[in-house]
Amino acid sequence: MNDVLEALVKIVGKDFASNHHEERYFYGRDPGLMTPHEADYVVMPKTTEEVQQIVKLANKEKVSIVPKGAGLALTGLVIPLRGGIVMDMKRMDKIIEVNEGARYVVVEGGVSNGALRDHLNKHYPDLRHSVPEAPPITTIAANVVIHGQGRLTNQYGFNSDMVNGLEVVLPTGDVCKIGSCSVGPFWFSKGPPLPDLSGLFLGWLGTTGILTKVGLKLYPKKKMKDLEILVTDKEDLIPYIIYKITHTEMVEDLAIWAQERPLMFRGNYHINIFLTADSEDELEMKRKMVYDSVQAYVDSRDAGFMTINLDMRHDFMDNPQKSMTAFADVRKGGGFEYAGPIIPMELYPECARKVAELAVKYKVVYGGSGRVIHGGHCMMFSFAYTFNRANQDEMGRARKALHEAAEFVADKGGLLWKPNIDEQKIMMERMDPNTLELMMSIKKLLDPNGIMNPGNWEAR
Amino acid sequence: MQQQDYASQIHRCFRCGYCKFPTDYSSLNCPAYRRFRFDTYSTGGRLWLIYGWLKGDVEWSERLAEILYTCTTCKNCTEQCPMKFAPDIVDWIVGARSDMVEKGKIPPRVARFFEAVYGYGNPYKLLRDDRAAWANGTKIYAPGDEYLLYVGCLGSYDENGQRMARSLADVLNAAGVSFGILGNDEECCGNEVYMMGEMGLFQTLVEKNNQKFKEHGVKKIVTLSPHAYNVMKNRYPSLGASFEVYHYSQLLADLIKENKVKLSPNKAKVTYQDPCFLGRYNQIYEEPRKILCSIPGLELMEMEKNRADAFCCGGGSGNFIMDLLAGGQDSPARIRIRDAYATGADTLAVACPSCLAMFTDAVKSEGLEDKLTVKDISQIVLESLPTRRH
Repeated sequence: MNDVLEALVKIVGKDFASNHHEERYFYGRDPGLMTPHEADYVVMPKTTEEVQQIVKLANKEKVSIVPKGAGLALTGLVIPLRGGIVMDMKRMDKIIEVNEGARYVVVEGGVSNGALRDHLNKHYPDLRHSVPEAPPITTIAANVVIHGQGRLTNQYGFNSDMVNGLEVVLPTGDVCKIGSCSVGPFWFSKGPPLPDLSGLFLGWLGTTGILTKVGLKLYPKKKMKDLEILVTDKEDLIPYIIYKITHTEMVEDLAIWAQERPLMFRGNYHINIFLTADSEDELEMKRKMVYDSVQAYVDSRDAGFMTINLDMRHDFMDNPQKSMTAFADVRKGGGFEYAGPIIPMELYPECARKVAELAVKYKVVYGGSGRVIHGGHCMMFSFAYTFNRANQDEMGRARKALHEAAEFVADKGGLLWKPNIDEQKIMMERMDPNTLELMMSIKKLLDPNGIMNPGNWEAR
Repeated sequence: MQQQDYASQIHRCFRCGYCKFPTDYSSLNCPAYRRFRFDTYSTGGRLWLIYGWLKGDVEWSERLAEILYTCTTCKNCTEQCPMKFAPDIVDWIVGARSDMVEKGKIPPRVARFFEAVYGYGNPYKLLRDDRAAWANGTKIYAPGDEYLLYVGCLGSYDENGQRMARSLADVLNAAGVSFGILGNDEECCGNEVYMMGEMGLFQTLVEKNNQKFKEHGVKKIVTLSPHAYNVMKNRYPSLGASFEVYHYSQLLADLIKENKVKLSPNKAKVTYQDPCFLGRYNQIYEEPRKILCSIPGLELMEMEKNRADAFCCGGGSGNFIMDLLAGGQDSPARIRIRDAYATGADTLAVACPSCLAMFTDAVKSEGLEDKLTVKDISQIVLESLPTRRH
């Protein structure tokens, strides 16, 4: 046994540290299109103290560390680009506290979205968190680190906006609390009225520290929910329609989708309007307000509400939406990846045309979807392409389509979400130099030995 | 044919991880993943490793093969996977195992299992002449008997399984059922051999059994084990079988319904473990519950995860002997014992000799043997027969 493995075993026990090729291989890749790179070690800590010891060991040995949740960002963010230790956080799976009155939860860094959803359903039926459409094994911590979104994003913003406090193991191995939990027992604020230090960790893709605890806001869970789907074949109208609907402030979630398979959907843009309420009267009132807000488009026959069959309703109401994951195998190839830039609403029509145009150019199948963020200040637009994992040529074409999509959106002024290392470069190349300098200075200050997820957010 | 199928399809797994959960996402429901926690031990991990092995990116190692054989083929993954290929996942695992068997690249414990079945007709390496040692005078099947009671290897040789076989035979006798056994002439059913990928041996076992059943004129078989029920119902017909097959819980439920078994009060608090090969494989969820609920005074207390969400005991795919998932409090059987105890029940009812063997050990490891008794349903029925209680 080599020295690093021996030290890891001493920290977490022999069952939870490995340098076997099976783990090095699997943890060296993700389901997306980025080039794999094998880990040297995989370790699964159970406590914050174990995380601290591992980080201190990594500093001493100058070995890099990549913290990992489920590894489903699809953009290679947990591929250990320079080898080293992949730290699988999923054994840190305790839901520590739910403060029902203040509507927040505190979870360990490996708690999954599925586990929290179930815990709230069973024990706090009036509360919910913003469940992403990603598979339920995805972790709360990883989701906020990448500025993920969920079912409540239209109402309350990015899931990272819902953070109420953090416990972070810094790249030096010290533990730091962020927000109200740093001065008292409560986790009701991630910063305000103090300086908001959560920004040192959210969006940094694990390069500035490891989240071992997350405080997260919870929201009222309404007794009933419903779905309406408005369809138009005019992508140019989408920003206006969204503006009208969001003006009502009646909608839980707004998602827009367009896809070429099955063929009946081709050429149309579907706006999923999710409504929630505590009574039939409230639901009816919200539904009426939404109808009224788009009546002009219906009257002009530019848009109409579609009939939703039972299976489709079930699929869309499901949260997380299992059918979204099934997109990966729509052509029996087992792969899909998406570039998901954050864009102002007005860029929707151009993006909607581009996703289809790139699919033709690179001979791949597309899905284009968007999710409105925080009442319409911006949206996430997903350029999604499927690929056959056994077809290297098709994988290469999908990769090119995604890269071209990223450059297109960046040129238009969009921000690349959970960017892979190439997309990070695209962002940094276009970034104000002083902003970039500030980012690099912060990173260097926090991680002097450059051990945290190296290769990410690195300027030349 | 199967090997080609798996090799051309296995890249389709996205490793999304739905397979790790039950329907409500409340906990981890893949026994091997729950035990080891490295993603490599989940279904997605296993499928990606096999694909890597097929491509030449991952070299065969004993550990790789062990990871493959820690899958108990419980089918939780099939229940939860969102992809259209979900029904094929177990076939892919079996196909990869079969490939490794053909190449002679299997872990020693797996090889010993096959050698024992090949040489002795059972995985315990116990004498064929002792196969009916449990039978205690149970009559040998003769033409005209309605049912052949197929006991299987666990019922024949495992101490707990023998107890189960005896109580079932007693209940059937008490109900006046016309049945017999093959005694020392019985042979391994082959379910585990199939799931573990030894297709040549499996075919031999099926042919031998079919031949014997034909020679004896067997028309109806009732099995002690859901594993035997599964293979005889779903695999034997394509290899020439022509008999009806029932799991004993189906037969008992009918006998009770027809008032051929009368039950006296039994004030037990009972929780029930759905065996994978009865439940997820064959959708038999209600008959065992009907039997239990027909016992006056018996209170059935469901575990949180039940029916299609039941957590496997960890004994499938030969692991009731190889026990690749053993060790520590995260072994599946120990986890499930804690689930059962949490219901407040005093008895954990099973309908499978593999579950019985796994849980009988686990309840001791958990130090709960004074608080929770593991019993087969036929034992509970036997104890509830009026003649037994008065």
